[in-house]
Amino acid sequence: MVVTKPQIVRWLEKVAAVLDENKEYLTQLDSAIGDADHGINMSRGFGKVMEKLPGVADKDIGNILKTTGMTLISSVGGASGPLYGTFFMRSGMAMAAKEELSDQDLYQLLKAGVDGIVQRGRAQPGDKTMYDAWLPALEAMKNKLEDGADLLAALKTAVAAAEQGMKNTIPMQAKKGRASYLGERSIGHQDPGATSSYLILNALLETLQEQ
Amino acid sequence: MKKLINAVEDVVREQLEGMALAHPDLLKVHFDPNFVYRADAPVKGKVALVSGGGSGHEPMHGGFVGMGMLDAACPGEVFTSPTPDQMYEAAKTVNSGEGVLFIVKNYTGDVLNFETAAELAHADGIAVQSILIDDDVAVKDSLYTAGRRGVGTTVLAEKIVGGAAEAGYSLKQCADLCRKVNQYGRSMGMALTSCTVPAAGKPTFELGEDEMEIGIGIHGEPGRTRMKLKTADEITEILALGIIEDGPYTRTVREWDNEKGEWVDVELTDEPFKPGDQVIAFVNSMGGTPVSELYAVYRKLAQICEAKGLTIVRNLIGPYITSLEMQGCSITLLKTDEEILRFWDAPVKTPGLRWGI
Ligand SMILES: Nc1ncnc2c1ncn2[C@@H]1O[C@H](COP(=O)(O)OP(=O)(O)OP(=O)(O)O)[C@@H](O)[C@H]1O
Ligand SMILES: [Mg+2]
Repeated sequence: MVVTKPQIVRWLEKVAAVLDENKEYLTQLDSAIGDADHGINMSRGFGKVMEKLPGVADKDIGNILKTTGMTLISSVGGASGPLYGTFFMRSGMAMAAKEELSDQDLYQLLKAGVDGIVQRGRAQPGDKTMYDAWLPALEAMKNKLEDGADLLAALKTAVAAAEQGMKNTIPMQAKKGRASYLGERSIGHQDPGATSSYLILNALLETLQEQ
Repeated sequence: MKKLINAVEDVVREQLEGMALAHPDLLKVHFDPNFVYRADAPVKGKVALVSGGGSGHEPMHGGFVGMGMLDAACPGEVFTSPTPDQMYEAAKTVNSGEGVLFIVKNYTGDVLNFETAAELAHADGIAVQSILIDDDVAVKDSLYTAGRRGVGTTVLAEKIVGGAAEAGYSLKQCADLCRKVNQYGRSMGMALTSCTVPAAGKPTFELGEDEMEIGIGIHGEPGRTRMKLKTADEITEILALGIIEDGPYTRTVREWDNEKGEWVDVELTDEPFKPGDQVIAFVNSMGGTPVSELYAVYRKLAQICEAKGLTIVRNLIGPYITSLEMQGCSITLLKTDEEILRFWDAPVKTPGLRWGI
């Protein structure tokens, strides 16, 4: 399957819409173990991305993703601003000059982004962060692609793994970010960042399933 | 919610506009991205100090911009870290060519945003160093948390390193001094009431009429323990002993290697206070507690320090690092030496701190 530039743009638009729809939900998750701003931060950031997107929609995919990253970095704040900002900056660098993407490209896009999150935030698996959604998703996608599955099937598995990863954060004790100060009191709550990560990946699947 | 605000989304901007109007002799304000900077910046031949963090802690940091303290301060939304473009543009504006020191409170959001800014500034050829302040002894370990938070020592570090920069310290010397001040300083805070972030409209946490929260940070985050309200003396004892009896603290911090242009992990161990130490004692209001009550706390703190063999050589008492309208206080003790004391006493002229001039 070939992923086109309009699809990437569409993905970002969908992310903005989904994060806006889930603004209250994400903020509510963050109020349990953080400072009740994750939904507000994310929807403000992607709102800004929507303003910037028309200006770069005819540039290459790398450029579009990098612009998304820069915009998030300068508008989200908090921990998730630099983390998601780095995700899109790195994925943009990995997709530099590309006008369309192969199955492998799309995996590399996500992989480069997640590597960026880890470099910036130094999270380990099990720390109860967004990485706990991304890591199983990437592994599942990689395995599926290696087994010869097509992109949609691989992405479907990845989304399911991200959802499971997101749910798996509930019994975890946070060891990174603001939630870590709660110690054991962070147990029993789903991580807001893992939730937004799942939504972002799911939006990609839904975009590619359209038409 | 009862506050002197117009529209929730204008809180930070209107506050900055007010500051600019109130202190044109000391500072200017840049909007989009937002930062407060010294009216006479860049100051020739001087290392520039840039700090920042969420709004709601005033006078920190914007109120500490001026001669002998910060060159620029980057305010985020209330209790939300600023974004890298703020620190990056501020650094460009105040850099005189001698380099820029970032003073960063240890909160994940602040740390990640300042790290990104340091990389941007470095890529632009600006010499940067970045020092973390992590002095909140209420956070016990750094293995299972994001580490101790940056609280009261931040104010003292900005004053002391500001004095040193004014005296001609190099970037590296400023960074080394800032690291030392952080390692010599320890704090602990408590809340009698919660506080309300304007955008949230309701208190960050609920605290009963007869309850208090010990070991809070400065964002209305929950503390170490919640207990029944006690007397000023008892509260002071809990905080002071929490600080004085705190053992060695070891953690790994990330510092920017300006030469190599990369982050390096540095392991630091802070030694506990010991009898004979000379200290600066800082009793701080979280915003809603009156100065009269802070003096009651200071009274007991002075007695405890004496009993523990610590000599208070300077003090600072008042609301300097606040949590909006929260009632409560924090205590910071900073071990001093000749160098620290010299720069503590050096002249300073900012909206929030002013002496010797
Ligand atoms: N070191 C980290 N690595 C990866 N993800 C992290 C890290 N620290 C926090 N996160 C993620 O960030 C999410 C919180 O993002 P949010 O936008 O609420 O920022 P924040 O922590 O409130 O920042 P601030 O404290 O400055 O307001 C968490 O749910 C977690 O998934
Ligand atoms: Mg948050």
